[in-house]
Amino acid sequence: MFAYLAKRVIQAIAVMFVISLIAFAIQGNLGDPLRELVGQSVSEEVRQQLRDELGLNDSFVTQYLRFAGNALQGDLGTSYFFKEPALDVILKKLPATLELVFGATLIIVGLSVPLGVYTAIKPNSILSRIIMGLSIIGISIPVFLTAILMIFVFSVEYGWLPSYGRGDTVQVWGYWQTNFATADGWLHIILPSIALASIMLPLFVRLIRAEMMEVLQSEYVKYAKAKGINPWRIYFVHALKNTLLPVITVGGVQIGTMVAYTILTETVFQWPGMGFMFLEAVNRVDTPLIVAYLIVVGFIFVVTNTIVDLVYGLVNPTVNIARMGA
Amino acid sequence: MSLLSVRDLTVKFAMRDETVTALNGISFDLAKGERLGIVGESGAGKSITGFSLMNLLSRPGYIDNGQILFDGEDVVQMNDKRLRTLRGNRMAMIFQDPMVTLNPVLTIGQQMVETLLAHRKLSREEARQIAIVKLREVYIPSPEERLEQYPHELSGGMRQRIIIAIALLLDPQLIIADEPTTALDVTIQADIMELMLELCQSNQVGLILITHDLGVVSQMTERTLVMYAGRIIEAGRTREIINDPQHPYTQGLINALPQQTVPGQRLKQIPGNMPGLTSIPTGCAFNPRCKYATDLCRSRVPDIVQYGEVAVACHEVQRLNSDEDRQEARA
Repeated sequence: MFAYLAKRVIQAIAVMFVISLIAFAIQGNLGDPLRELVGQSVSEEVRQQLRDELGLNDSFVTQYLRFAGNALQGDLGTSYFFKEPALDVILKKLPATLELVFGATLIIVGLSVPLGVYTAIKPNSILSRIIMGLSIIGISIPVFLTAILMIFVFSVEYGWLPSYGRGDTVQVWGYWQTNFATADGWLHIILPSIALASIMLPLFVRLIRAEMMEVLQSEYVKYAKAKGINPWRIYFVHALKNTLLPVITVGGVQIGTMVAYTILTETVFQWPGMGFMFLEAVNRVDTPLIVAYLIVVGFIFVVTNTIVDLVYGLVNPTVNIARMGA
Repeated sequence: MSLLSVRDLTVKFAMRDETVTALNGISFDLAKGERLGIVGESGAGKSITGFSLMNLLSRPGYIDNGQILFDGEDVVQMNDKRLRTLRGNRMAMIFQDPMVTLNPVLTIGQQMVETLLAHRKLSREEARQIAIVKLREVYIPSPEERLEQYPHELSGGMRQRIIIAIALLLDPQLIIADEPTTALDVTIQADIMELMLELCQSNQVGLILITHDLGVVSQMTERTLVMYAGRIIEAGRTREIINDPQHPYTQGLINALPQQTVPGQRLKQIPGNMPGLTSIPTGCAFNPRCKYATDLCRSRVPDIVQYGEVAVACHEVQRLNSDEDRQEARA
């Protein structure tokens, strides 16, 4: 168990190293930081002096090591625009994004399993055909279009749901403000969550359906039938458990991808999360904030994937974590 | 009254462009506690017969016609609920490959207990106790520990023993074993067969053993059906069929056994292959491979008729028997 954990952690560190290297390399190519800092009116000598002071004339390696050293101590630079540590800016925005991802995940998990299982058990029913047809549409339409269409229908035409912002939030802890404590908060998170789920949900329905259909053809399902087991038990105990093993692996990667997709959703819904913040940072060429965002998102990716691998080991008896990695 | 009585069973497969007949009017009986072997090449319809008896054919296969009377009740006419009370309870099945038969994510205990609970009102603990008893009967060491293990932690032979134990859980009247040792090591095959024979005899369980191994059939069964291209071509007591086969195909099968060949000589194969279901020749399906075939064989399907001790489906059986050469050729 310990050896497996250690192996996974070392892998995670290696991935983080590469991410930080890429993020740092981008920093040097996003224009001259001095122009953002001091504008046009400063003379060339003063610029050179500032460059020396900021260490911008040092070699790439020296600069990277300084950056990495600071990053390890939690210092990802200072945002030009907010004049605050970039990490603080992101951490303030993080809860909004995580709640949005959580909302979308609830929709995906809650709907994809029943829909996937149903379409696998009754592949020829009319309802299955409708679900599969809709899923193709869902995958094909870009998130921002889905979002704008939903705003048009549910906010503009019918006025049922709010179209932007988080609404009433309640302070929970630290920077954490939650949408899930008030009715207004719930109303505000519905549309963005659906929009964010609109691509992943059809993907998961199709994935679960395909896996489930394969499992239903297996010998052990046939054997369960030959033992006279109730069909519901065959579907939900014998088949679903085997179906979900590959789905968990894909799911973990997709949670990370969803954090990235929030850029579009948050922008359309003016959701004050870190995706929206990232787009603004790009517009303002707020380099430290962009780099910090990349690193934080990379970190979330790596952490979720590591957790998923560990969970997979717990769910799948043929992966014995205790004996692995030795 | 016989335990199982199959009458004119016909199974078809609805393929994309045509419907093929996999079983063509099969009829046979099985008495209580009797052991019957079904032999034939791959594709002869042995496994399909086995699955049909439980009404467990999966699409595109279906029972087109016929009766399967089990204890007086027609399995073909049963609804799903009634079938569930039959499967695993009064009629159990042992599958071919123990490596893929058990569900990989459920423990042995879960898979045994669920079978008991599907058919009897028991507490989990009572079911567990029965499972332990049955595991002991198939000589599984420390059964309490096995219940907590997953299939992948056990060897193939061990898994097949567990599957036999599951088959015996509810004291069925009939066990259908579909090539139960084909996927196992040769050394383990004999053990498993011996175990099955012992358990069937001591529990008075009927057995239908589907196999292509004539040696196994002669050890294990009292009666034998020989199948070819979806029909029964010879049926009778196992001893007679092995010692004095009547149908040219059965003769060929027995002559092909290594024991029948002088060391150093080539094995005596039956020339050609069994036809696929889509290209069964007219007349007797065996005629292209049969050296005794006549025009009649090429035009009309022979009926299965009693001939001496066995039932045979061959137009030329009488001529063959009077033929002195045949006796010599077999010697």
